[in-house]
Amino acid sequence: MLSANLSAIFYLISGVLFILALRGLSSPETSRQGNLFGILGMAIAVTVTFLSIGNFSTGFVVILIFLLIGGLIGAFIAYKIPMTAMPELVAGFHSLVGLAAVFVAIAAFLNPEAFNLGSPGNIKLGSLIEMSIGAAVGAITFSGSIIAFLKLQGIMSGSPITFKGQHPLNALILISIIVITYLLCSTQSSNLFWILLAISFLIGFLLIIPIGGADMPVVISMLNSYSGWAAAGIGFTLENTALIITGALVGSSGAILSYIMCKGMNRSFFNVILGGFGAIEQSASAQNKEQKPVKSGNADDAAFLMKNASSVIIVPGYGMAVAQAQHALREMVDTLKKNDIKVSYAIHPVAGRMPGHMNVLLAEANVPYDEVFELEEINNDFANADVAFVIGANDVTNPVAKTDPQSPIYGMPVLDVEKCKSVLFVKRSLSPGYAGIDNDLFYKENTLMLFADAKKMTEDITKNL
Amino acid sequence: MEIDPFIFRLSIFILSIFIGYYVVWSVTPSLHTPLMSVTNAISSVIIVGAIIAGLAGNSDTIFNTSSIFGFLAISLAAINIFGGFLVTQRMLAMYKKKKKDK
Repeated sequence: MLSANLSAIFYLISGVLFILALRGLSSPETSRQGNLFGILGMAIAVTVTFLSIGNFSTGFVVILIFLLIGGLIGAFIAYKIPMTAMPELVAGFHSLVGLAAVFVAIAAFLNPEAFNLGSPGNIKLGSLIEMSIGAAVGAITFSGSIIAFLKLQGIMSGSPITFKGQHPLNALILISIIVITYLLCSTQSSNLFWILLAISFLIGFLLIIPIGGADMPVVISMLNSYSGWAAAGIGFTLENTALIITGALVGSSGAILSYIMCKGMNRSFFNVILGGFGAIEQSASAQNKEQKPVKSGNADDAAFLMKNASSVIIVPGYGMAVAQAQHALREMVDTLKKNDIKVSYAIHPVAGRMPGHMNVLLAEANVPYDEVFELEEINNDFANADVAFVIGANDVTNPVAKTDPQSPIYGMPVLDVEKCKSVLFVKRSLSPGYAGIDNDLFYKENTLMLFADAKKMTEDITKNL
Repeated sequence: MEIDPFIFRLSIFILSIFIGYYVVWSVTPSLHTPLMSVTNAISSVIIVGAIIAGLAGNSDTIFNTSSIFGFLAISLAAINIFGGFLVTQRMLAMYKKKKKDK
């Protein structure tokens, strides 16, 4: 049996390894090693926990069985999941962390002796507060992530669900969570504990339903952050350094990602959380621009334009993921490169349904990461490029964000696609994007619309090159 | 007067938030998806709490309610640990430089 001090040191080591795991992600070269550090840290934490309890009786066998079941399911999912489904997967995983936090809190509440927290009905006050916070945040993470998962999977409509009195209701529930936590701590009543869990599940659900599909990058990052705070809350209860460090890391990581995503849309965090974006404008503004002339072309025209270009910038968006067009796109780019055309990729921070979504898809299609650029890195290059190939992106290219202070997306950083000599815009129809506003780019002199499925169009262009 | 150990844990917590802040800002945006999947995996270190709950009983009380919640939490966390690290590994293996794969 490991002494408490020695195991605390090992937990600290695994906490440090987790920091190194995140540090590794500063560049793709070091990232794989970073992941190994993470695995090592986890192995240490689990082993030390077994050794510090030192009870290798029946319970140990049962635990190994449950560990194995979970591990096999996890490994199976990890190998089977297509890269386009990464947002759903991450949302699903968040819900599991949340639920695990809830279960650990319940276990600790029912059997506080095992955790050195006092006895049932007489749990140490500090531990009870920490436990309640961990459980509540875990429950919110769980139900919120389930909704996010359903929306991303398309099982639930991606459009915001709003109803009258939504915000007062949410506020009321949040206040009652605080009140119940207070009462729980003063009475130690187990009924209150269950009520606390129930309304936390409810508020998680209510918080996410008004948020629309394209705001998912913010939601996923936010839930990522919540799962971290839940873990930290449990970490305080268990007095476990590894868990506290990890919770803080994950919590701040998610918060930073949310911030980056909000900035990418020029919206405040609260604006996103309160939800309902685009629901009002959608019907009104789509009507009045329909008569404007649009130039549309076919794969042949597009191939001609690109063949005569010396540099092409590709702007991928969520539509590319939906159409699974990343491989077809890379084949097209290979052909272009054979003709000595310089090709690079421009990625907007909120392209796709989660942070870095497009980068993963391009990496999957064997696009070297040093050809892929972020908005700030590449935005000046559009003016010197011959062709911009917009595939599945819309709002992030809309020049209205720079010119029209009335527009709901005014001030959002956008890719300066219109500065290219010509723009090829692959899209199924002229329908407005998520923000519900028309894209001026469609009607520009130098824009050629390619109305087709992204994958099919890309393949056709390759044939014509 | 002695300092409550809680204060030390709080200090670790606060300092870790700062470490997280600086470390995560240095993560390249192209790796934000792997960042999310790996943070997912490491936050499942919550499994240590589940193990404590699961091992708490002796052979008579092994399947009491508290332990059962522990066992379930172990499976949930294990899905995340294995799934999270492996899918991260899978993604990171795809990030290649220019010449290598040609």
